[in-house]
Amino acid sequence: MSTTGTTYAIQAEGLTKRFGAFIAVNAISFQVGQGEIFGFLGANGAGKTTAMRMLCGLSRPSAGQARVAGFDVRTQTEDIKRNIGYMSQKFSLYEDLTVTENIDFFAGIYGLPKERIRRQRDELIGKLGLGKEADKLVGGLPLGWKQKLAFSVAVFHGPRIVFLDEPTGGVDPVTRRQFWDLIYEATGQGITVFVTTHYLDEAEYCDRVSIMVDGRIAALDTPAALKKQFGTDSMDAVFYQLARGAKRGDA
Amino acid sequence: MKTHTPQGRRGPAQAGQLLSFVRKEFYHVLRDRKTLLILFGMPVVQVLLFGFVLSNEVKDTRIVVVDQAKDEASRQLIDKIDASRYFTVVRDQVPPSRITDAFRSGDIKAALVIPSGFERKLVREGSNTVQILTDATDINLSNTIESYLRAIISDYAREARFTGPMPYAIVPEMRMLYNPELRGAPNFVPGVMAMVLMLVCVMMTAVAIVKEKELGTMEVLLVSPMKPALVILAKAIPYLLLSVINLLAILALSVTVLDLPIRGNLPLLLGESTLFITTCLTLGILISIVTESQQAAMFASLIGMLLPTVILSGFMFPIEDMPVALQVLANVVPSKWYYTIVKDVMIKGAGFSAIWRETAVLLGMTLFLFVLCLRKFKIRLA
Repeated sequence: MSTTGTTYAIQAEGLTKRFGAFIAVNAISFQVGQGEIFGFLGANGAGKTTAMRMLCGLSRPSAGQARVAGFDVRTQTEDIKRNIGYMSQKFSLYEDLTVTENIDFFAGIYGLPKERIRRQRDELIGKLGLGKEADKLVGGLPLGWKQKLAFSVAVFHGPRIVFLDEPTGGVDPVTRRQFWDLIYEATGQGITVFVTTHYLDEAEYCDRVSIMVDGRIAALDTPAALKKQFGTDSMDAVFYQLARGAKRGDA
Repeated sequence: MKTHTPQGRRGPAQAGQLLSFVRKEFYHVLRDRKTLLILFGMPVVQVLLFGFVLSNEVKDTRIVVVDQAKDEASRQLIDKIDASRYFTVVRDQVPPSRITDAFRSGDIKAALVIPSGFERKLVREGSNTVQILTDATDINLSNTIESYLRAIISDYAREARFTGPMPYAIVPEMRMLYNPELRGAPNFVPGVMAMVLMLVCVMMTAVAIVKEKELGTMEVLLVSPMKPALVILAKAIPYLLLSVINLLAILALSVTVLDLPIRGNLPLLLGESTLFITTCLTLGILISIVTESQQAAMFASLIGMLLPTVILSGFMFPIEDMPVALQVLANVVPSKWYYTIVKDVMIKGAGFSAIWRETAVLLGMTLFLFVLCLRKFKIRLA
């Protein structure tokens, strides 16, 4: 998918984060078009999460610029938060709350009106086939269902961009595939998806992929173009060629 | 962080967010049986436990008498003690050297020594001395026994009819064994109040917030448009409510079960307690900001708060007897000030004029902790 014209969903220019002498993210620049699925790959410690935290307004950049949904990450974090959804690496729903209570809670802190919450919640529960489980505690659901629910909750308030931090950790490829069906559905509604992952089969599902090595973006293109560029037929091989030279991280 | 929303719209939206959040917090608390048990079981158990110690009634306490006089007066005194429902005289002719053995065997709780020539001196001089020995390993019991024995002895002195100047005076000379520097029985209710509120507010709040960090839900909350300060506030509100319920329960128990009336002004007591609860909540929040795991938060709360509360608030050990360094240190423990306030208002019936200094200190501590929280919280987000 090509980036559409004038405004980008995300635009980063020399974005940098330093912790003392350590440069976690080193002047990265990229653009993500609206409705695009943008994969953010990298070994552990490459700087993915730090970069994403800056874009979400959780962490202040040490240098550089970035705009998310048209808002400045330094000065307009409040506006950014209103326009993004977020699903964390760790499972981000409350296990001791029921499916319904979780949805109500997250919709509530996004300030959605009650009527809308009720209508949309019933729709969602129907769509996910959780009718029988609606009043059961989330802790009892299988992991795959939890993750689908977590994603649905992250986009419940209709954000323009959703950030997914390693959303499918620990589930099998079949469930991962089902999860991605939900992501495609969201992009169909115009939501931009920014996803970090270290599953390389997932990289194939993205429109474009950036690969971070030691805080820098080492490569950025469509999966097909990257494979061509590195003369191989799998993202695995692309990733290993790039990551081999990494000086930090434990992967 | 700047906001771009007009002021008018923020109020209701934030109220809605807060309401959703507080509701969710109540789900957490009410579904966690263990927490619930600690929350409401602990104050009840502690009040009853300490109350039982307090109301430890002396009944048929076994006592030995060393009667060195063996005269009419000593006979009468012993009979009077034996006749009371509080004491049973086990033996009345124990040699002084055997008293310690009798105590060690746990057989008796007290001993009375009547000096030789008891009646003669009483008649001639109008006064005499007896010695009471008690087992002071049990402080409260020892105190109670002493006061009961004193009452019986002075009763006898008033009633006794011999020749010579009347009424007689018999001065009981007190010796508490094994714990000679014993002080008056501490009144536990104010201490229990300080301790329970401390535990609930500091530890539970800290753990509840840190739990969100551990679970990863804190990130999700911080990415939401809900203001971080509002997140923290929403986490604290349920514990404020629960603490107030606890407070009322403790007061109700102490009034009904322990017969400990609230002498002072009830609204004043509740107001001061709410201030202390706020101090504790702020402290709990501070701990939650600087710690990363539930264990660390719990540890910090226990070491940082519970121990000082028990040791330095004056509730278990009198502060005046401590080394100067500890006396100085005790001043930074919020419960020390609260303990004084509760004692003054509840037991002595003092008004605000007597406790304004303590109130000011607590208020100052709360503000200080609050500012510290805000600063630390900002640093974490940067």
